[in-house]
Amino acid sequence: MTKQVRQLDRVIIRFAGDSGDGMQLTGDRFTQETASFGNDLSTLPNFPAEIRAPAGTLPGVSSFQVHFADHDILTPGDAPDVLVAMNPAALRANIGDLPKAATIIVDTHDFTNRNLTRAGYLENPLEDDSLDAFTVHEVDLTSMTVEAVKEFGLSRKDAARAKNMFALGMLSWLYGRPIDPTIKFLERRFAKAPDIRDANLTAFKAGWNFGETTETFAVSYEVKPAPMEPGTYRNITGNLALAYGLIAASQRSGLPLFLGSYPITPASDILHELSKHKRFGVTTFQAEDEIAGVGAALGAAFGGALGVTTSSGPGIALKAETIGLGVMMELPLIVCDIQRGGPSTGLPTKTEQADLLQAMFGRNSESPLPIVAPCSPSDCFDAAIEAARIAVTYRTPVMLLSDGYLANGSEPWHLPEVDALPVIEPGFATETNHETADGKQEYWPYKRDDETLARPWALPGTAGLEHRIGGIEKADGTGNISYDPNNHDLMVRTRQAKVDRVADSLPPTEVDDPDGDARVLVLGWGSTYGPIGAAVRQVRGAGGSVAQAHIRHLNPFPKDLGDVLGRYERVLVPEMNLGQLSMLLRAKYLVDVVGYNAVRGLPFVSTELAEAIADLVSSLDPTLDTAPSTTEEVRR
Amino acid sequence: MTTTDLPFPGLSGVPTTDEPQNRKDFSSDQEVRWCPGCGDYAVLAAVQGFLPDLGLRRENIVFVSGIGCSSRFPYYLDTFGMHSIHGRAPAIATGLATTRSDLSVWVVTGDGDALSIGGNHLIHALRRNVNMTILLFNNRIYGLTKGQYSPTSETGKVTKSTPVGSVDTPFNPVSLALGAEATFVARTLDSDRKHLTEVLRASAAHRGTSLVEIYQNCPIFNDGAFDSFKDKDTRDDAIIPLRHGEPIRFGAEGQYGVVREHTSGAFFAVEVADVDESELHVHDAHAIDASAAFGLSRLTDAGHLHRAPIGIFRDVDRPTYDDQARQQVATARETSGAGDLAALIAGGDAWTVN
Ligand code: SF4
Repeated sequence: MTKQVRQLDRVIIRFAGDSGDGMQLTGDRFTQETASFGNDLSTLPNFPAEIRAPAGTLPGVSSFQVHFADHDILTPGDAPDVLVAMNPAALRANIGDLPKAATIIVDTHDFTNRNLTRAGYLENPLEDDSLDAFTVHEVDLTSMTVEAVKEFGLSRKDAARAKNMFALGMLSWLYGRPIDPTIKFLERRFAKAPDIRDANLTAFKAGWNFGETTETFAVSYEVKPAPMEPGTYRNITGNLALAYGLIAASQRSGLPLFLGSYPITPASDILHELSKHKRFGVTTFQAEDEIAGVGAALGAAFGGALGVTTSSGPGIALKAETIGLGVMMELPLIVCDIQRGGPSTGLPTKTEQADLLQAMFGRNSESPLPIVAPCSPSDCFDAAIEAARIAVTYRTPVMLLSDGYLANGSEPWHLPEVDALPVIEPGFATETNHETADGKQEYWPYKRDDETLARPWALPGTAGLEHRIGGIEKADGTGNISYDPNNHDLMVRTRQAKVDRVADSLPPTEVDDPDGDARVLVLGWGSTYGPIGAAVRQVRGAGGSVAQAHIRHLNPFPKDLGDVLGRYERVLVPEMNLGQLSMLLRAKYLVDVVGYNAVRGLPFVSTELAEAIADLVSSLDPTLDTAPSTTEEVRR
Repeated sequence: MTTTDLPFPGLSGVPTTDEPQNRKDFSSDQEVRWCPGCGDYAVLAAVQGFLPDLGLRRENIVFVSGIGCSSRFPYYLDTFGMHSIHGRAPAIATGLATTRSDLSVWVVTGDGDALSIGGNHLIHALRRNVNMTILLFNNRIYGLTKGQYSPTSETGKVTKSTPVGSVDTPFNPVSLALGAEATFVARTLDSDRKHLTEVLRASAAHRGTSLVEIYQNCPIFNDGAFDSFKDKDTRDDAIIPLRHGEPIRFGAEGQYGVVREHTSGAFFAVEVADVDESELHVHDAHAIDASAAFGLSRLTDAGHLHRAPIGIFRDVDRPTYDDQARQQVATARETSGAGDLAALIAGGDAWTVN
């Protein structure tokens, strides 16, 4: 029979199962298919910190959400239209996020008394009326998978493991996804294990065929490709983009990349990725601890490498003293903080942006350093290059603040022309720079560039420029140890002034104010860019006028930021913390910004944020009702 | 000439110079600020006197230190130098040595710096065998913070922070280093210029991490800690000299020797007259197995020092971390060519929109 095909402009699907069910892989493959089909997309993986929590329990549930559309979108979506639940726990853990009329596709195989109890169900939800508000498709995915792959003689357990590919095949049919990329992927991935490869391929195709033949699904759906600017695209996660950005910075500066790192969630993938690219002259050093990771990076920087360390909040706390040494010695160093929920161990696999003040002030004494924050997964590439530019040009540690949402989330990336990427000039010192009264030529390691206030960078191996640096206060110019009170005052101010000078090199703040009459500005930073943009669109869609700006440089701020803030009657600052940027803005500009703060370990729910924006907009003009009328992400 | 023929294989890859050098070339213009009589002066003089022997270009030598009295060392040498933070010098030097095969890298540290706050970095540097020499100045006390006990102070030590005596068991730095898979471990004395220089020479010749423990007197806070090794009347009985290939004998008349008990494998000092001379242990610094070196290190007094082996405990070859890390990069480039950035970022799943 030919089935009906229904057009949709956007869909949000959440794949959920046990941590051992391969939901991340399933989501990732569906995303790749979707990317190559040409939809715009945004993803949100969500997994437990435990590697394998007890099977079938709520803490063991892992999920992957993908939002794809025929137009440009900004977020992985607030609420899934479709939930694929591989067991009772996956259903129970996610049901609360579903809007009415959502579709649930459920693998019935594990709905046994034992598993229902384990998931905390007293009654089987498939048998009572608790799912009446939803469209439920009950499918015994596991049994069908086992049946489909029985020719390969795998154990029942191994055979059942291919059920995620059956589910993927079924969903691929349902949404008209191209299947070639996944077939090629499986062939590559399991090239060395033909049985497993064939079982997965068979399960995947069986899932597709099942979709086409079963009466469970009367219709399939089509989401047309989104119009995109001409060019080459790929799908990319933030951690991958960040790793590539560091390699690009190395190539564009001619400095060999050295990464000193200690494994930590959610930053480890950067270490894994960079360790694969030795061809690019990349050296990765898995250190004995966080402190050694940054120490080795700083040592490498002293020798003329592009020194990088990657970590998350707890690791950054450990690195603080060494970063301070970098501030004192004025050497380039890139410190990547992939923020996660805290304090302490906190929520290792969840996102947060609460390390801003740690980045600003988390060292002893006056220890300023520039801070750069990417706003989307692909932006991590550019932000890494920008961090390197500032570090090398100004001879300073730079903090790059990504987070768990950017790190693991993905989006299509319009690939840049490599030759158009910025060139970074290390400008090493090659000769003496000072003449003494008696005509002797000397090298002064703390004699500064007039424009940038950067000190010269003389590498070991450069004859005549032998010098000693360290953590003790330096005499201005000579760099000799100095305990002189006035010199210390001068040096403290100079280090601050140097970081402030970075602002001279920054572009003006981009403000998006299409109506030109907005009285409210929404100002964000980091990974909230997508959710804020989606909320702003909702408010505008409902007739509200609101301006949006997003800052990438948290220290120093762009020079025009004070003026921008001053142009609006109210400034709303949404942050996944308790108001850290708000605090900095209030302190610096004496502007009474309004915070919107949520620290749930998840990106903002755009609809809720839209309500907050709308409230602020209508508080200035009570005749206006700009409350968003939809809970869906709206078009621009 | 092959690498092993060089006088200092540990330094192959570091540019040399034909220009004659002397100790003044290695003295910086900075005023030395240790207390009068501090053992650090003697070590500095020995190092400044020895460095010209290496025949290296001065600009290719780097001294990295941590925090403590001895860590001021780099300021007084006219080479490249970094006076870093407490305990971290081995980690910093690891990054430098790994990225720069053309540098001769030295770490200067103390018993507090290396064994307390920086203990983790020390043991990991040793097991990795990064090509560098670590000079560990052991004065068995905290000098810079004015006299607290250190992790090498004898149990019962009365100090400012332990008015009724410390209750900690001290580290034996040589035992620790051997346990951490060190490939070169030696002990020497600040006051014995000749022996110190000999050990420095051997440590420079060694490719890998060399740990040199230097007994260093702190006349201000722990004066006389090593007097047994310096006093004419006691030193012959106190110093158990380790010389590769020779039976271990000591005492003014060579009347003492070291034997190994067969059942336990432990070492004991004995009167030579009481044993058959053939039973004296012949020191083998190049033994692959470290247990004899470890056993010998246990002849060090744990309390006040009256007796300890001095010399090179262990000197064996093992591939270094930095050589291998660089080799991996070189191999990747040889086999697959230098990386192509555009190809890298495009990956395998790119698509084109027209
Ligand atoms: S306190 Fe002791 S170790 Fe430190 S400089 Fe003075 S004498 Fe030397």
